[in-house]
Amino acid sequence: MAIDPLTLDRGAATPLLATSALCYDAGGKRLIDNVTLSIRTNRRTMIMGANGAGKSLLLRLLHGLLEPTEGTVLWHGRTPGRAARLAQAMVFQNPVMLRRSVQANLRFALAAHGVRGKDRAEQTDQALVMARLTHMARSPARVLSGGEQQRLAVARALISKPDLLFLDEPTSSLDPASTQMIEDLVNAAHAQGVTIVMVTHDLGQARRMGDDVIFLHAGQVAERGALADVLAQPTASSTKAWLEGRLYTAKNP
Amino acid sequence: MFSFFDILTEALGLILSWDRALSEIVLLSLRVTLTAVALACLIGLPAGALIGAFRFPGRTIVTVILNALMGLPPVVVGLVVYLMLSASGPLGVLGLLYTPTAMIIAQTILVTPIVAALTKQVVEDLHGEYAEQFASFGLRAHDRIAALLWDARYSLLTVALAGFGRAVAEVGAVLIVGGNINHVTRVMTTTIALETSKGNLELALALGVLLLTIAVIVNAAVMALRASAVRAAYA
Repeated sequence: MAIDPLTLDRGAATPLLATSALCYDAGGKRLIDNVTLSIRTNRRTMIMGANGAGKSLLLRLLHGLLEPTEGTVLWHGRTPGRAARLAQAMVFQNPVMLRRSVQANLRFALAAHGVRGKDRAEQTDQALVMARLTHMARSPARVLSGGEQQRLAVARALISKPDLLFLDEPTSSLDPASTQMIEDLVNAAHAQGVTIVMVTHDLGQARRMGDDVIFLHAGQVAERGALADVLAQPTASSTKAWLEGRLYTAKNP
Repeated sequence: MFSFFDILTEALGLILSWDRALSEIVLLSLRVTLTAVALACLIGLPAGALIGAFRFPGRTIVTVILNALMGLPPVVVGLVVYLMLSASGPLGVLGLLYTPTAMIIAQTILVTPIVAALTKQVVEDLHGEYAEQFASFGLRAHDRIAALLWDARYSLLTVALAGFGRAVAEVGAVLIVGGNINHVTRVMTTTIALETSKGNLELALALGVLLLTIAVIVNAAVMALRASAVRAAYA
């Protein structure tokens, strides 16, 4: 496995999740190119970059929803199996609501993790309170507003008590109040020890929530490190352009 | 010469009088049809869901065959089932020929491909929406199938309805394997064919009206259920 300088610099033990020379091809193009990185326990890592940089694709590769063309993804230093999948959860940009009630959506996630009976009922109630959706418990999930659906999606992802939560631009279509509620849910989970990996376009959100940042450009890691360091002294031209608010494309940073 | 309206009037009179012979024929029709549709759903729903939700070698060929089987000629199915169940056939020892069970078998064979093929389409569409979320949940194959069938339940009611429509109107296969024996295997469709050939048009038309009424009632009930589910965003 290739050496990940960030992990070694910080003297960390085996990272929670690590990739080595990760590549992904589709339609004859290399969309993710030689990405080596590590995700450390209980950190909040922001993945940023222009449209088409490969952010969502990288998230799916890390979560195991896509098979890499080359390279590896390791969970606690090992090839991830079903246990790794159950220890992770993901919130998608457009939340997928099952054609069931709000509480049935939560119960379904618990059932997938083998939680039954009284425990399931109790944890469902707790999740409803956490997501401020108790009054909507029996409503069909698909009639909720966009913000409510995304809160339910986050609560559903967290209800199984994952070690690692992936979020793919969870607030991209939400107003500030709804965004605040999602950020509160994510920060509360982080405070309880959940490691966060989130794709965001919002620099303000990254500043509010991020510990580490990975800037992607054309499928490659342009820059990465502690968020404060990267924001203070960006080295890659695409990162500088982003931070300076200049317009740039995946081809012309 | 006969007047259509005279015959219709007599047919309606027959329905209103609801004699024992008529009810026997209608009830046997419903028993055979509903049992066949239930069996076809038992086989076709999970089979269609499997084909719709998962990629496997030969899936395209299976789909082509399944779609082709939707147009199975009933008389051919009737003939094959007849050969299987006849005294010299491999299942002759069961003594099922010319019984309602033989009719149920024939109808199940006819309806199962319809249920499976339509289920495949419904589940394939839904799975396209759910696939990443299910993968993220780490769901096993049987849990995926169960969840997809449950969430598609209102659409699948329409699938079952299509199967019911095919079964309840079927005549060729049930005539061959059932024999249209009075008080034993005589159902609405075979009776209509027989009574028409005998010139007993009142009874034939009475059964036709009943057949149509049953089809309309079942359709209306399913559509109403589905419409309420759509309104509640469950479908």
